Amino acid sequence: MALKGIDIFKMSPKKNCKECGVPTCMAFSMKVAAGALPIEKCPYMGEDVIAKLSEATAPPMKTIKAGDLSMGGETVLFRHEKTFVSKTLYAVNVSDDMENADQVLADLQKVDYERIGEREYVEFINVTRVNGGDAFVELAKKAAGLGRQVILNVECPACAEAALEAIKDAKPILNGATVENAEKMNELAAKYGVVLGVKAADLDTLYDLTAKIEGMGNKNLILNVSTASIKEAFADAVQIRRAALKNTDRTFGYPAIVDVAALAPGDQAMQTALASLFTMKYGSIVIMETMTYAQALPLYGLRQNLFTDPQKPMKVEPGIYPLNGADENAPCAITVDFALTYFVVSGEMERSGVPVNLLISDAGGYSVLTAWAAGKLSSSSIAKFVKETVEPKVKSRTLILPGKVAVLKGEVQDKLPDWNVVIGPREAVELVQYLKEFNN
Amino acid sequence: MPFKKTPQKFAAAMKTVELGTGDKKIVLGGESVLPFYSFDAPIENAPKVGVEIVDTLLEGAPAQMKEFYAGCETMADMAKKAATIEGVDFITLRFESADPNGADTSVEECVANAKAVSEAVDLPLVIMGCKNNEKDAQIFDKCSEALAGKNILVLAAKEENYKAVGAAAGLAYNQKVGAESSVDINLAKQLNVLMTQLGVNADSIVMNPGSATAGYGFEYVISTLDRIRLAALGQNDTTLQMPIITPVASETWNVKESMASEADMPEWGDVETRGIDMEVATATAVLAAGSHGVIVRHPQSVTTLSKLIHALI
Repeated sequence: MALKGIDIFKMSPKKNCKECGVPTCMAFSMKVAAGALPIEKCPYMGEDVIAKLSEATAPPMKTIKAGDLSMGGETVLFRHEKTFVSKTLYAVNVSDDMENADQVLADLQKVDYERIGEREYVEFINVTRVNGGDAFVELAKKAAGLGRQVILNVECPACAEAALEAIKDAKPILNGATVENAEKMNELAAKYGVVLGVKAADLDTLYDLTAKIEGMGNKNLILNVSTASIKEAFADAVQIRRAALKNTDRTFGYPAIVDVAALAPGDQAMQTALASLFTMKYGSIVIMETMTYAQALPLYGLRQNLFTDPQKPMKVEPGIYPLNGADENAPCAITVDFALTYFVVSGEMERSGVPVNLLISDAGGYSVLTAWAAGKLSSSSIAKFVKETVEPKVKSRTLILPGKVAVLKGEVQDKLPDWNVVIGPREAVELVQYLKEFNN
Repeated sequence: MPFKKTPQKFAAAMKTVELGTGDKKIVLGGESVLPFYSFDAPIENAPKVGVEIVDTLLEGAPAQMKEFYAGCETMADMAKKAATIEGVDFITLRFESADPNGADTSVEECVANAKAVSEAVDLPLVIMGCKNNEKDAQIFDKCSEALAGKNILVLAAKEENYKAVGAAAGLAYNQKVGAESSVDINLAKQLNVLMTQLGVNADSIVMNPGSATAGYGFEYVISTLDRIRLAALGQNDTTLQMPIITPVASETWNVKESMASEADMPEWGDVETRGIDMEVATATAVLAAGSHGVIVRHPQSVTTLSKLIHALI
């Protein structure tokens, strides 16, 4: 339950000692209430008060870790309200009765690339127990050997223990605990120090079971949404997240696993659609049958967009980007490091087929006009960038400016007398035609 | 203690807009819950899926699509074939070649094509132009006239040409008018207000508050749609309660991921599959954020999206 600043103030020492770095206890209390400062910053707050407050100010949704990966910890239902913090992670399923398990494991490793400073790959391998026995343990070992996090999808405690023992250093997620096996599975999760996945037939049962496992002292959990139908899976995912964040019902304050492979077996396009749906709405891990490039390109792009900080523009690394096989003699075209600008401009340039060196200058991640208005894209910044970064590497002395900052041409020309400074189009869509004509 | 469900049914509802006539007419909007939240309250009108037919026909189309439309020589031929796609709710005609900076196809030819299509199929029609404001206004005017009584949607009026488009399609011929703004809730609201001030009935407006491809600044689309739906339902903002339609195909088929040939990007695999997955993933995300209708190009995309929608409602 969110506490108001005044409630915290009542419990504060009211000394105004400033040792927390804030002028008054009242101001400090307001900041704690807003989540800007931890309560422990106050050296005089009593221990009982701290315990009481950290319970009350604890985030409504827990952050659960699997290796270096984080899930959950969200505070809002919509990205414009604040920021989503833990991106949806993707898993590919293999099971111990699959004849082509090795092929699936090989294929999922093919998707591994970088997009705006982020590695895009299949983060989890979901190892499903069907037959059990050695086959399951061996498959778990193979999966753990691939440098991905592992989910052990198993409801038989004996099989689970054998696999956990075999790959205990990989700290797999143990998925999972059901009404029938909860005690035993919980013991295993505790013994091996792993996240426990909770499964139930419906939302009410899931709620009771989660409460029961919490009662056993385990709060390192992840919840499975229904696999009975697409409709139920979506209803569960939304209601779990909404209960946690809107109604601060902490029993559902855990990340959710969605098994898209089970919801639409054999239908790649539908699995892509479902993965998109559950990336948008509240899936923390999405399990698929495959992750091909055709699926990865839209899904990782969507995820990267959705989980950006709305207050922080997405930036690409400044530098020289040779397009269409441009060499040192190809003309240069300069723009800003706002990711969207980069994607749109480079996309259109690639479409033109004309070799060109795209220069991305550091403009604080703003678009062309915004950067210009904020003084982040000026004749000086362009001249400096060109002299320091471009001239040592590129022989061409043709520089195309964005049409929107045509006003800078004179100044840039003065500062770069060796260069032929020309004005490009105002809009990216005009680039194809412009470059084709430019080349003639 | 059992889980306490707290349904979030809003007091306000999205407006409904009907497109087309007869048995095949469709209704967009009307619900008072967030997209697909049918567990909160029933959603009477499922979101709709339209198929896009471009006037350049199959130029640059991928193999399976060419095969699907084999033998089609006109937009009407293609529309007839498109009407057989499982799950298709409406047909969209896009007159890309009318651009004065391109092939500059005449308004008369566009109208003749639209008329031929309307005679060939009984699905509701949506007319898109070439993104040239003046030419689009003429196309929308003449198509509205020629298809009077067919209850079509012209997509769309923009800030620059809303007077001409609104007056012709909305006032003179009583068609439905799209209101297109660029990914900003305030611009969307402003255009709706301007159109109603012009005299266009608020129940005849469908919004297109902007679109993008997943990965290409799509966060703005998500937040704009989220905020429109929350303002319309949560704050009963009547100037934002118009149903939303999103052209997806015209965005997603133009990005590198959908266009680069397999020869250029061997590890990416089949180019047609990439195009379908990009279209399906983007359209799903648009629907999940708040759109009532999506326009896609590939027959497989239409069927997949339709199946998904009916599985969710």
